Amino acid sequence: MKWQSLIKVALMSLLRNPMRSLLTMLGMIIGVGSVIALVALGEGSQKDIQGQISSLGTNLLIVMPGSSQMGGVRGGSGSLGTLSMADVETLRKNGRLFRGVSPEIRVQAQIIAGASNWNSMVMGVAPEYLDIRNYQVASGNFFGEREVKSRAKVAVIGQTVARELFPGEDPVGARIRIRNVPFLVTGVLSSKGQSAMGSDQDDIILAPSTSVLYRLGDGKTVRSINVSAVSEKDMEAAKSEIITLLRGQHRLAPGEDDDFRIRDQTEIIQMATSVTGTMTLLLSSVAGVSLLVGGIGIMNIMLVSVTERTREIGIRLAIGARPLDVLVQFLIEAAILSIFGGAVGILTGLGTAWGLGSLLGVSSVINPLMIVVAVLFTAVVGVFFGFYPARKASNLHPIDALRYE
Amino acid sequence: MKDGIIEVRDLVKTFSLEDVQVHALKGLSLTIRRGEYVSIMGTSGSGKSTLMNILGCLDHPTSGTYLLDGTAVSGLNRTQLAGIRNEKIGFVFQGFNLLSRTTALENVELPLLYDRRHRIGNPKKAAEEALVRVGLGERLKHEPNQLSGGQQQRVAIARALVTQPSIILADEPTGNLDSRTTQEILALFQKVNADGMTLVMVTHDPDVARYAERIVELRDGLVLRDEAVIDRCKAVLELPPAAKENLS
Repeated sequence: MKWQSLIKVALMSLLRNPMRSLLTMLGMIIGVGSVIALVALGEGSQKDIQGQISSLGTNLLIVMPGSSQMGGVRGGSGSLGTLSMADVETLRKNGRLFRGVSPEIRVQAQIIAGASNWNSMVMGVAPEYLDIRNYQVASGNFFGEREVKSRAKVAVIGQTVARELFPGEDPVGARIRIRNVPFLVTGVLSSKGQSAMGSDQDDIILAPSTSVLYRLGDGKTVRSINVSAVSEKDMEAAKSEIITLLRGQHRLAPGEDDDFRIRDQTEIIQMATSVTGTMTLLLSSVAGVSLLVGGIGIMNIMLVSVTERTREIGIRLAIGARPLDVLVQFLIEAAILSIFGGAVGILTGLGTAWGLGSLLGVSSVINPLMIVVAVLFTAVVGVFFGFYPARKASNLHPIDALRYE
Repeated sequence: MKDGIIEVRDLVKTFSLEDVQVHALKGLSLTIRRGEYVSIMGTSGSGKSTLMNILGCLDHPTSGTYLLDGTAVSGLNRTQLAGIRNEKIGFVFQGFNLLSRTTALENVELPLLYDRRHRIGNPKKAAEEALVRVGLGERLKHEPNQLSGGQQQRVAIARALVTQPSIILADEPTGNLDSRTTQEILALFQKVNADGMTLVMVTHDPDVARYAERIVELRDGLVLRDEAVIDRCKAVLELPPAAKENLS
């Protein structure tokens, strides 16, 4: 029998029971659809998280003080006040692989503006910090080297601080008091939203490092130094350059432990990626199970169909259909069910991914390879689960099949 | 015997039902010549259905030989038998056995779709011609449930004719029909036979059998009686004028 007529015959017999065919396909539609949707959303949120992490800053290396150890009692990370402004100057002067170096001096303080007040984190930074951490100024200006040198009492505030202290007003040019020291607000940062770890990156006040260190802080403790490497591939080299420079600056003898630590984002990205990767895998295996159930549904219906159409099979065999013809006919029916179901499932899955994604604020990434895999998988499922019923049909004896009531 | 289209020799068919051996055919021999119209009669249990199944290549004999149109059928496998059924045999059943929800035209076309050798170039046209030949040229697009019993049987006959088989096997073809439609079908058979087609018809009804030119009566798996019909009926003469036109 020719292929065209085989497909025509299969289509006709499926159309004879449109409701049943539709319900059978539904299993396939839901299976394929959920796999596609979940994988798209999983990859999307993975991309989101990576984006969030890299929004911390580009090629960022954070130098932290080492932990203290006094008489066997070990302090926590950063408990040693080993970083100083001199370290920052060394890195800035001698570094060749750094695009920017900025200290970070942190003071948690109560901020007062007119009648309102707000507790926030004041960060003493260098002008490069803006670039290192991917911040942008929404209005007004950021401070420059001159303000750092003169320990100017200027500050640039984050969106959250602006909203809390100056609701409905333009904060630029306003005065705020930080620990009773008056500062002039020269600019407002544009919103960066939550960090990957859930903290509000807009609840922040940036001021010149020297101003914070000497006017608000203790005059020596630099909490960390942020360094951005010139490119991603120079990260490792930049890391060892920091180590060399700081060890020289701290006069550490060879064999002595570093009194500082360097963190980069790759480990954070790796961790977050593996978490979302596990989630995606988990969700898609659940979806894969529903795909399997869909396949079994096809087998179920095909078995019913073979029994119901025993007489028809008998007629076909009597008028000269070879067993192979009957086998192929039922296989094609199963394949059509699963491929059509799969095609509709792909569309449904893409729609669901898009809909859910915009509803939940997660991006969805459509991987063309995934669609190819889904199509192949549905065809395989159709043939695999269609084979047993088809085999049963082709093994019928024409006399028994004709006599079947 | 010369020009035998069907030649069976010493046909034995034994069924095993649990512990009991049932001998349906016990060494039956029979020759049917090209162009003959033969009725096979017998009570139930006489072996006529078993013989019919073997003649129709639907079943294997336990022993004995069967030559159909020069081909030794006994040694063929399932797939080869399917090919023989498709090319050399046309079936007409008691229960019509048409595909439901499928038009008359598609039903008649069906055997041609299974023809591996594509002997007939234009299946659709051949199917149409076969339906015209049985007087259903006006009902090509009707489905079985829109046709009367007689019309359905005529579609089945068209389906048997369309492959230009060596022989048509009819198994109780009038068993489900009233006397008037029975006459029509028998007249159609006589016309098809007059055109040169070999016909073998199984029936238990002596009145129906008399429309053939030869009656073979079976009993207990053997031929009891094999004789020519002397007072052969002409079915077409007994039909009302309107029905005659259909067959002209």
